[in-house]
Amino acid sequence: MLIRFWGTRGSLPVSLNAAGVRRKVRTALMRADGRRFGSEAEAERFMDESLDFTTCHTWGGNSPCVEIEGGDGYVLCDMGTGLRAFGQRFAEGGGLSRPTTFHIFMSHVHWDHIMGLPLFAPAYVPHNTLLIHGCHEGIEHALRRQHSAPSFPVDFDQLPSDIRFIRLEHGVTHEVAGLSISTLRQDHSGESYGYRFERDGKSVVYATDAEHRLDNAADTERVVEFFRDADLVIFDAMYSLADATSVKQDWGHSSNVIGVDLCHRARVKHYCMFHHEPLQDDEAIHRVWRETQRYEELMREDHALRVSSSWDGMEIRL
Amino acid sequence: MVVDEQSFANVLVVAPRGRIDHQSADAFGDALAPILARCEGDSCKLVLDLSGVDYMSSVGLRELMLAAKQARAQGGTLVMSSLGSTLREIFQISRFDRVFTVFENVRDAIADIAPEALPRYERDAPDPASGPAC
Repeated sequence: MLIRFWGTRGSLPVSLNAAGVRRKVRTALMRADGRRFGSEAEAERFMDESLDFTTCHTWGGNSPCVEIEGGDGYVLCDMGTGLRAFGQRFAEGGGLSRPTTFHIFMSHVHWDHIMGLPLFAPAYVPHNTLLIHGCHEGIEHALRRQHSAPSFPVDFDQLPSDIRFIRLEHGVTHEVAGLSISTLRQDHSGESYGYRFERDGKSVVYATDAEHRLDNAADTERVVEFFRDADLVIFDAMYSLADATSVKQDWGHSSNVIGVDLCHRARVKHYCMFHHEPLQDDEAIHRVWRETQRYEELMREDHALRVSSSWDGMEIRL
Repeated sequence: MVVDEQSFANVLVVAPRGRIDHQSADAFGDALAPILARCEGDSCKLVLDLSGVDYMSSVGLRELMLAAKQARAQGGTLVMSSLGSTLREIFQISRFDRVFTVFENVRDAIADIAPEALPRYERDAPDPASGPAC
């Protein structure tokens, strides 16, 4: 299985602004300290060997969209603005010329998880099929509303591709595109659903937009069991624990440290922080990632957990 | 869950000991509940001495947040003190250091929240070298 992140930002897409670019260039120049580069390759090598991730990359700003490669065909989670980036790459690779089916699993239908569809190039090609899977009743309604005037010029009914909605029954294991898929009902405004995808002994959990209140042992245990022994858990780590339990309580999101604690208990192999807070710049996300790794070390007992922070373009092979 | 208590005039110093994780957080919360009920106005101010806590996961931190909220709602005072190096890091990472008032030691906490109780503390407090109060 290969997991590819097309959008990792929560709530609202953001872009790296001029001040952010300038900070990165300044840092790189300072680190280069007058050094001369004989070729682009030499400069690239310097970047890889001497600059930290935040200086020569950005964590990215597209809203949630994650691709799961390893099933039969294209499998995606959510349709945030990362879906547009996926569609562009698909088109650039010549994909629009052949009929293709896309399986898209919806955590829920808040704006940041659906706003990529109107600009998803494959949806505008008649021979393509979009199978939109989800446990919610109102997914089709939400997508139609997003496309309707005056919000968007192309009505949903004008999309030439074959778009179908498949309601998933919660609590049942589904077989889709060669993957075994189970669901987790999550605490979020209007509810959200997490998905666990399994194939050939590998498993990835996509569990975003979920508040874990830790006030009910049975609820927490339900989450731990859903995560149990997963190779990868993609987790809503939007807030600090202090915020998630005080000023941002009831906002429907979780924290970096709760993710570590749940994944430790579930003996997850790899924990990936996701749904980054749009207020955080690259430096802040980098700092939170490093702190979360340190928290994992402090809380570790007999199970080491790898901690990553997702970025647009990141790939994780299981 | 072992939670020691000692009064110094209108200050109650509460000192939990051990690990506070998903297995012990409820017991910690239960132990704090009757103490918190007394934390109102100036009559009883609480110092949570965390020197005996060497491990606290998110579920334990949540209990601290609940305690602070309850104290605030009752018009009471609850501060923390004496974090060991590990707990200090956990507070920083979770940003609890930004929402709680944390003092270096119990004496500093009392000097700040109830200076009138300080003479009593300096007279009656156990010698730190003799081990935890009981």
